[in-house]
Amino acid sequence: MTDTQLAQPHAPAGLPPLAVLERMYEVMRTVTVTDERARAEAKAGRMPAAFYPVRGLEGVCAALGAVLTPDDHLVSTYRNLADTVAKGVPLRAVIAELHGRVPGSSKGKGGTMHMHHDPSGLMATTGIVGSGLPIAAGLALGAQLDGGGRAVAVTFGDGATSIGAYHEAMNLAALWHLPLVFVCQNNMWAEHTPIAAYAPSTALAERAAAYNMAADAVDGFDPIETWRVLGAAVARARAGEGPTFVECRTYRLVGHTSSADYSYMPPAELDAALARDPAPTFRAWLADGDHVAPARLDEIDKAVDTGVDDAFDFAQSAPHPEPGAIYDDVFADRTWVEGR
Amino acid sequence: MTLTSDVDLSGAETAEMTTAVAMNSALDLALAADPRVLLLGEDIADPSGGVFKVTRGLSTRHGTSRVRDTPIAEQSILGAAIGAALAGYRPVAEVMFFDFVTVAMDQLVNHAAKFRYLSGGQHPVPITVRTVVGNSRFGAQHSQSLEAWFMHTPGIKVAFPSTPSDAKGLLASCVFDDDPCLFIEHVALHYSQKEPVPTGEHRVPLGQAAVRRAGDDVTVISYGAQMPGVLAAADTLAGEGISAEVVDLRTLVPLDFPTVLASVARTRRAVVVHGATRFAGPGAEIAATITEELFEELAHPVTRLGARYVPTPFLASGLEPLPVAADVVGAVRRLASS
Ligand SMILES: Cc1ncc(C[n+]2csc(CCOP(=O)(O)OP(=O)(O)O)c2C)c(N)n1
Ligand SMILES: [Mg+2]
Repeated sequence: MTDTQLAQPHAPAGLPPLAVLERMYEVMRTVTVTDERARAEAKAGRMPAAFYPVRGLEGVCAALGAVLTPDDHLVSTYRNLADTVAKGVPLRAVIAELHGRVPGSSKGKGGTMHMHHDPSGLMATTGIVGSGLPIAAGLALGAQLDGGGRAVAVTFGDGATSIGAYHEAMNLAALWHLPLVFVCQNNMWAEHTPIAAYAPSTALAERAAAYNMAADAVDGFDPIETWRVLGAAVARARAGEGPTFVECRTYRLVGHTSSADYSYMPPAELDAALARDPAPTFRAWLADGDHVAPARLDEIDKAVDTGVDDAFDFAQSAPHPEPGAIYDDVFADRTWVEGR
Repeated sequence: MTLTSDVDLSGAETAEMTTAVAMNSALDLALAADPRVLLLGEDIADPSGGVFKVTRGLSTRHGTSRVRDTPIAEQSILGAAIGAALAGYRPVAEVMFFDFVTVAMDQLVNHAAKFRYLSGGQHPVPITVRTVVGNSRFGAQHSQSLEAWFMHTPGIKVAFPSTPSDAKGLLASCVFDDDPCLFIEHVALHYSQKEPVPTGEHRVPLGQAAVRRAGDDVTVISYGAQMPGVLAAADTLAGEGISAEVVDLRTLVPLDFPTVLASVARTRRAVVVHGATRFAGPGAEIAATITEELFEELAHPVTRLGARYVPTPFLASGLEPLPVAADVVGAVRRLASS
């Protein structure tokens, strides 16, 4: 599974329990269906938002969601739909935020790149590549000072491993043995640039050795293997054994943004990845292996599709913030801010 | 020279303190009062105690787990402070020189200043960033006064004290404020003045200017390291029969416009003095606001004195970019005769 000789988390053998398998599939299907719908809404002009598709990450995010508890903290990026759903943010709050409406998770003023949901432990998402990593280190410092037991995870793209903040956070987390899991969502692309064009070594997990940090690399199109590896990394964090870097190898199944073109992506590569489309592939595996009964999978599909329709209907009929809300939440007290 | 704060110290137990010692006292009391207060920064733990010795003794008293030395990594110092704040702590991060904040601007401007807003109020970021304006002895990369950048960034408060007592009181207020605060020090003030400062808990509210000297003819508005020069100028002017009222802003965000405007409404003349670059500096905002609010009453346009539009020339060059007391005297004289 790994191509490194580094300290590795010990991944448990065996399969997740049935409830976890079902939840993982539910998350993956929700993400796939929501992603398609969000792009359609953006294209139709009903969702005036820059939206970053997550197709291809379904398995990685479902696995991460399955190994974290709501008390664990997560920091994500602009490409966060799958992370937010997997972490348990209610879909209505997510979709309302994408539409800039009051019941959105940030009352409509954050938008696609700025999802926060305290009750689910979604502590921040950022539109600045790599900037979530130092913040996650601080959350992990908080978890450590609180006495341990809580894990922190941060997701980021392959391209984020080029920026200084990544290095600073890796160094700090390893130095302080922080309970932090670095989840690199390697989709092989940074905007229009393929990984080999910007990284002198594309074996990203190997870099962790330079920080004396445990690391592993996993096929992100294999949700079960990803669940094992991430589960082991989270267990290490909880046990006070320090941070782990996990490279989850996937492929970006659509363009960089909802409006991007595919012209620069080698068609054979994309086709090969599409053949492993995470949600349908996982569904077939669950059914073929008798892990989840087909009738139950049909039930989940139906509930997911209804839930997604409901979330979009809810969002699109919800109110926008009142004009006066523009001055809310600059500071705790808005008196000085108002009208300035 | 010694500046005396306007704080009412009657009843409080006081001790003579420099600004550095007063800040040390504020941090010590905050660490003792609230286990959620953390200090992060380069070389802040003992035996170093910080390059300006502001944190001396604190790691010994409160432990290196709460008073933490960090790698030389400003993005992660401020990022970790933000994250720890999200986890419920009240981190105080030290950035050795204001110039070095530039390498962590992203964390401060894009994250600390915005999370409360972008999260719909869920995630305030109660951090304090202490940083230091150097002087031209260090050259142009250790002497910039960049406060205007942060005044221009909604979501972060900015304090710049000029006296030991205010340094203690404002720092305590920053630490316990629920919003991110940039607390600006100046090397020239760390050890240059001593005054009686309360030894116990002492707070100066953010957003309240202090009238350091009452006067009738001209209002001089300033803050931070320019204050000693401004007060010296006011002394000189008094000898000439010109009565200058001196307002020390103390905080730039929130800025106490009511105090500024009430003073200028009386004197009808105003000079703003700061060590930040004059062009697009804090004085531009203050002058514009005075003009908008008091245009009819003004006897003369507002005068601004600030650093020239140049990188700081090296001290030994003999070139002076900053306004000095004589410049203040000259500007006030011109206004007083108008
Ligand atoms: C500091 C910074 N530089 C540039 C950008 C513009 N940008 C947005 S996404 C992106 C690509 C990032 O690639 P990667 O980290 O692999 O994440 P992915 O988008 O593939 O999920 C870039 C360059 C940015 N948002 N922030
Ligand atoms: Mg990528």
